[in-house]
Amino acid sequence: METELTLRIDGQDHHLTIDTRTTLLDALRERIGNTSAKKGCDHGQCGACTVLTDGRRTLSCLTLAVTQGGAEITTAEGLGQDGGLHPVQQAFIDHDAFQCGYCTPGQVCSAVGMLAEYADGWPSAVTEPGTTAELDHDEIAERMSGNLCRCGAYANIVPAVQAAAPRREGTNAGGAR
Amino acid sequence: MTEMLEHQAIGRGPARRDGVRKVTGTAPYAYEHPVENPAFCHPVQSTVGRGRITAIDTSAALALDGVLAVLTPDDAERLANTDDAELAVLQTHEVAFRGQIIGAAVAETSEVARQAADLVAVTYDQAPHDVVLSDSRDDLYRPDAVNGGFPTDSNEGDIEAALAAAEVTVTQTYTTAMYHQNPLEPHTTTARSEDGVLTLWDSTQGVHPVRKAVAKVLGLEPDAVHVVCPYVGGAFGSKGQLKANTVLAAMAARAVPGRSVRLALTRQQMFDVAGYRTPTIQHVTLAANRDGTLTGIAHDVVEQTARIKEFAEQTAVSTRSLYAAPNRRTSHRLAALDVGVPSWMRAPGECPGMFGTEVAMDELAQELGMDPVELRVVNDTEIDPDSGKPFSSRNLVACLREGAQRFGWADRDPAPRSRREGNQLVGTGVASSVYPVYRMPKSTATVRFSGGRYVAEIGAADLGTGTWTSLAQIAADALGADLASVEVRIGDTRYPEASVAGGSSGMTTWGSAVVEAARAFRAKFGADPSDGDEVEAAVQANPATDDYAMFAFGAHFVEARVDADTGEVRVPRMLGVFAAGKIINARLARSQFLGGMTMGLSMALHETSVMDPRFGHVVNHDLAEYHITANADVGEIDVGWLDEHDPHVNAMGSKGIGEIGIVGAAAAVSNAVHHATGVRVRELPITLDKLLG
Repeated sequence: METELTLRIDGQDHHLTIDTRTTLLDALRERIGNTSAKKGCDHGQCGACTVLTDGRRTLSCLTLAVTQGGAEITTAEGLGQDGGLHPVQQAFIDHDAFQCGYCTPGQVCSAVGMLAEYADGWPSAVTEPGTTAELDHDEIAERMSGNLCRCGAYANIVPAVQAAAPRREGTNAGGAR
Repeated sequence: MTEMLEHQAIGRGPARRDGVRKVTGTAPYAYEHPVENPAFCHPVQSTVGRGRITAIDTSAALALDGVLAVLTPDDAERLANTDDAELAVLQTHEVAFRGQIIGAAVAETSEVARQAADLVAVTYDQAPHDVVLSDSRDDLYRPDAVNGGFPTDSNEGDIEAALAAAEVTVTQTYTTAMYHQNPLEPHTTTARSEDGVLTLWDSTQGVHPVRKAVAKVLGLEPDAVHVVCPYVGGAFGSKGQLKANTVLAAMAARAVPGRSVRLALTRQQMFDVAGYRTPTIQHVTLAANRDGTLTGIAHDVVEQTARIKEFAEQTAVSTRSLYAAPNRRTSHRLAALDVGVPSWMRAPGECPGMFGTEVAMDELAQELGMDPVELRVVNDTEIDPDSGKPFSSRNLVACLREGAQRFGWADRDPAPRSRREGNQLVGTGVASSVYPVYRMPKSTATVRFSGGRYVAEIGAADLGTGTWTSLAQIAADALGADLASVEVRIGDTRYPEASVAGGSSGMTTWGSAVVEAARAFRAKFGADPSDGDEVEAAVQANPATDDYAMFAFGAHFVEARVDADTGEVRVPRMLGVFAAGKIINARLARSQFLGGMTMGLSMALHETSVMDPRFGHVVNHDLAEYHITANADVGEIDVGWLDEHDPHVNAMGSKGIGEIGIVGAAAAVSNAVHHATGVRVRELPITLDKLLG
């Protein structure tokens, strides 16, 4: 079955006639020609397909495209402003927080979404109940664990995210470990 | 002796040249190259472990809207060469293992292709399958050689006599699991057959090797095959040799000429046809004097291969060169099973083999009451015991000493289970690492002066290893030019022929080709070339290999913390110190080392492909159930290297670094867990059940 749909990707509208089974990930990669989000497992297990929908990180392989009409969808390609890189992207380059690069757009989107969750006061599994978490190694590693990296760049991803985190008043959240 | 390069760009740490493309996701991987109106291919796989296909009904699939073709053994094109049974796709009705590709659907969309593949109805005459590796099988056989062309067995002196006479012995069996490489980018291809040319945008460790192998299978001239691969989303050996999926993509493209066809294996299919590391059963024997001097080393390995094609992992080969001992024996025996074909995975041979040897060394140290670092120092050797040649450079002891200092090794109480912090049992472990210096016989590079810049072209690969960047550093130094004035082009058969990215041989081989071309360029055109001046040159054999054994060495140090109640293992701290010649790019090399160590941690604690003997397939065939290290599994990883000068290896003075990081890492984890708990885990992975009870 096919249906008509408008998807707003990186600030641009795309009008599609689409098989209703199509995931957001396949819509991006195979219909719209935006291959920034990657397919690593197609089961929501690796995080390579992570994009932002209305600012929240979303596994696009587990999301049917037809549910995303009207959403503001952002891929790693559309994160930067005015043709530049997002601070998280620059930090990934500076810290060599990737090797093959295949998980990287998902890691980057996940980090941006995670920093927003953190700013909104969301706790993680390692946050002491009732406290406000410092964005230290363990908090970042926990919050980024939905994004697998087979090259094993985790030890560089954590400091990259830390360096890109906005400093909060009265904390050393942006500092080195 | 090779004329050494003067290091200017080499040794610095410029960021990846492909960095912006990778962090934005705009670097095109094989499935992503823009093509007009692509079709999509989805494989059909066998659902029995062995047997014969008696009927294939494609009518329902063909009736589906949007289906362009269904390929089966009944009507698929006959391949020109079927010598390699793994690549003889759709050429027989015999099923050799569960998950084998037995058909494919090609359709207008990926959804329809997948649905059509599901609708292909296959009936079988099923035969009993045999998929269980054991060292007590009566059909184990001795392969003619093992991977890398090494002799299957080695024997020197009399290991049995050494054992009988020894003051201290260790005789144990160690096992490593079946592992799947699982690069995050699956094996993918975009293929088009048009105007007599087959174009493959393929995810591969070598465009020229793929071209050669595909041309042979299809009966084409190599010039009629164009392979493109500027970026690879991880490989770890699995994309080093042509696999069935690429042949299938080519066949699908030839079934719909003029149309581009995209094929991506699913993660589940990756466990069936994309290669894996054989499980190993390793019998290790050490004989030693009271002072720790080894008098005998034996390493006898049992592992598996596929019934349709032999791959013999060289698991015991590194044991031949690591430590001195007058009496030595290694052997490899195989069971040929109804399974997919095992293949290269990061450090084939050294990686599983050094688990056995390096845990055995820890056991020996314990028996002797000797520090495990000192035991390794005592058994160091300046002469390669296997070849009898001196090492071109061997700094294992320096790595151990530097690592021990940096890690704070001296602070440990050697007694197992001697340190407890709260509910955590804390231990530290060490292991040695070794990896050979390989140089492939063939690779050619072009250096050209164009538009005021130097352009170096070679069909090399960047698997995330940093080739785009590090080859530019080498070219710059070889030309005596600014790094910024050098452009590198790789990953396309339009460029001169390059060897596969395997055996950590890339920089030695391609780098040497670039150096040859750059020097020839300067010799011919001087310091002030004209636009369009160009020279091509090839890597040369290294005569120093007649006189020297060449290896990189390293030492791993690990802290493990084990929950006294649950047995949960955490590794808050790893340190690797390596002696790998001149480090070309400090920033990228560190990533290579820590990536190898992280994969070693993953091997130690998580990874195992579970074969279901009833059905003959890997049951945990996805990333939720085949566990690899996630971010939160990794603590602090400290990486260091010695400033090692080796004038014999190549003009850069470099040794390969892609694989040594994983070698020995799992042993160091197991040794640390033993120190923490007193429990010796000889079967990977180190799971909770092995520490409790």
